[in-house]
Amino acid sequence: MPQLVSHPDEVKVVSRRFGQGAAEIDKYIELDGYKAVQMGIEQGPEWIVNTMKASGLRGRGGAGFPTGMKWSFVPKTSDKPKYVLVNGDESEPGTCKDHVIFLHDPHAVIEGTMIAGLAIGAKMGFIYLRGEYRYLLKIVEKAVADAYAKGFLGKNIFGKQGVDFDIITQTGAGAYEVGEESALMESLEGKRGVPRIKPPFPAVVGLYGGPTVINNAETIANAPHILLMGGEAYAKLGSERNGGTRLFGISGHVERPGVYELPMGYSLRKAIYEVAGGIKDGKKLKAVVPGGSSCPVLKADEIDCGLDFDQMAKAGTMLGSGGIVVLDESVSMVEFALRTIAFYQHESCGWCIPCREGTDWLKKTLTRFHAGGGNKKDIDNIQYLAENMMGRTFCPLGDAAAMPTLGFIKKFRSEFEEYLEGVRVEHPLIHIKPVGELAMAGAGH
Amino acid sequence: MSTIASSIFTPDTAARFDKLATIYPLKRSALIPMLLYAQDEIGFVSDAAVAEISQRLDLLELDVRNVLSYYSMLRTVPAGKYNVQVCTNISCMLRGGYELLDHCKNKLGIGHKGVTPDGLFSLEEVECIGACCWAPAVQVNYDFHDDLTPAKMDAVLADYAAGRGKDVK
Repeated sequence: MPQLVSHPDEVKVVSRRFGQGAAEIDKYIELDGYKAVQMGIEQGPEWIVNTMKASGLRGRGGAGFPTGMKWSFVPKTSDKPKYVLVNGDESEPGTCKDHVIFLHDPHAVIEGTMIAGLAIGAKMGFIYLRGEYRYLLKIVEKAVADAYAKGFLGKNIFGKQGVDFDIITQTGAGAYEVGEESALMESLEGKRGVPRIKPPFPAVVGLYGGPTVINNAETIANAPHILLMGGEAYAKLGSERNGGTRLFGISGHVERPGVYELPMGYSLRKAIYEVAGGIKDGKKLKAVVPGGSSCPVLKADEIDCGLDFDQMAKAGTMLGSGGIVVLDESVSMVEFALRTIAFYQHESCGWCIPCREGTDWLKKTLTRFHAGGGNKKDIDNIQYLAENMMGRTFCPLGDAAAMPTLGFIKKFRSEFEEYLEGVRVEHPLIHIKPVGELAMAGAGH
Repeated sequence: MSTIASSIFTPDTAARFDKLATIYPLKRSALIPMLLYAQDEIGFVSDAAVAEISQRLDLLELDVRNVLSYYSMLRTVPAGKYNVQVCTNISCMLRGGYELLDHCKNKLGIGHKGVTPDGLFSLEEVECIGACCWAPAVQVNYDFHDDLTPAKMDAVLADYAAGRGKDVK
């Protein structure tokens, strides 16, 4: 069972009910649960969307798209039914924040789904968890069943004539790619999880061809809190153009790893050295991957920036999924780059050639390089490959593999060069087999 | 309700499948959940399971196999009764994921995707399982074990070997 952690600098909004037994519906109701959705029914869709817009909430899955705006893109009228889709296919390495939401506050996700449904005029919502989260699915399933039993879901919810909402829950079966919104829709339609071309965007043509709002689970779980406290009050908790708070999962070489809720714009340095207790065993910091493994790495002297979407972009990286992975001085960047790329190579769905071939060649080259068969040209080749993947695929997986690669090469080129000279910190246990024949990977020299 | 005259599944699972085929706007949406529950019951997705699921959802067996082959958690060969899945992705790697995998390999005497001769354990090196802040983490079937060391791992394996761990369902 995941350990709950806390720190005085935390501002608890979405994690307010963690550790209080709020997975039980009566406890959730006692802690202001299901009040926001009833306010939403009274006040109407326009009020919900305006409140969400005022909150400055931006998508917590990683892209940071303003939630209120996303909801407003859904056409008012539609021949096909509209849907709300909750993305709980949390798979970005370094990210485990939705894990704790489903565990401690599943009703907040359910209530948020209903609020999104009211906002766009949908009568059905889906909560899709990653396949590995079966025990969490059971918790969410029970919460949904309890909500039906109370008359909060189903026909005429809360006794309001003509207000209907249903929720279906399920898991995936192991595929990082399905965390991409259009691939998730494919998966939910019982197909291989490959991305769809955009446009049309899901807000117009989504699940089953109907207009669909798809949000990350944390984004959705914020909605009830925002309606209760008001959009402006939520916005004020964060930084400029980055409303509110966010769950940050701090992992790797820190003394107190865990999921902490910090205001948007909070200092990355303080998050590592104060909130998470600093570097493990008194070692020195080497690098930080600030928002899940697809974000370009930051060097130890680049962590004086604020944790919000804009400040991280300014620092040349991304806030991503909020998974902060901390690396101490003992880590070999060649090895870390190889492990990162090995993941994307494994998870590329193969739909687009730049991603399928690009990740494969990156892994081949890095594997040979790591094994000691590298040459100086490889470093440029890795960069060239990654540059040519950027922006050339249906979905962001190609970029997700290319961006950290470019970061490693740009920030740690000298370490790659030293590695060629034999200054190596090889991991004694990593034996990743090259993809295909070694000769094919150019190791014949 | 069921269009299946004689299901290969237990009555509970068959009833669950009957219901799954009705709750979605399109029947086919039930495919991935059905494959997972079939695997939970049989230990893998057998040819007979593919045949019955395709019949239940009005799909070709080929359609089912196409989907089946895409998802990494679904398998067409049996695993051990307890499938030990060791994460070695970045957060776990930094806190000893590879040491843990190596320890499991030695302890169980099997490699990646191997099964012990008694069929009790199988071992898999897996990608991120979403337990990064409690690394290194291992999943045995669907149960998470967090913040492990080789010694703690031994205790976990001993619990399962002694029948004190949870089964798949």
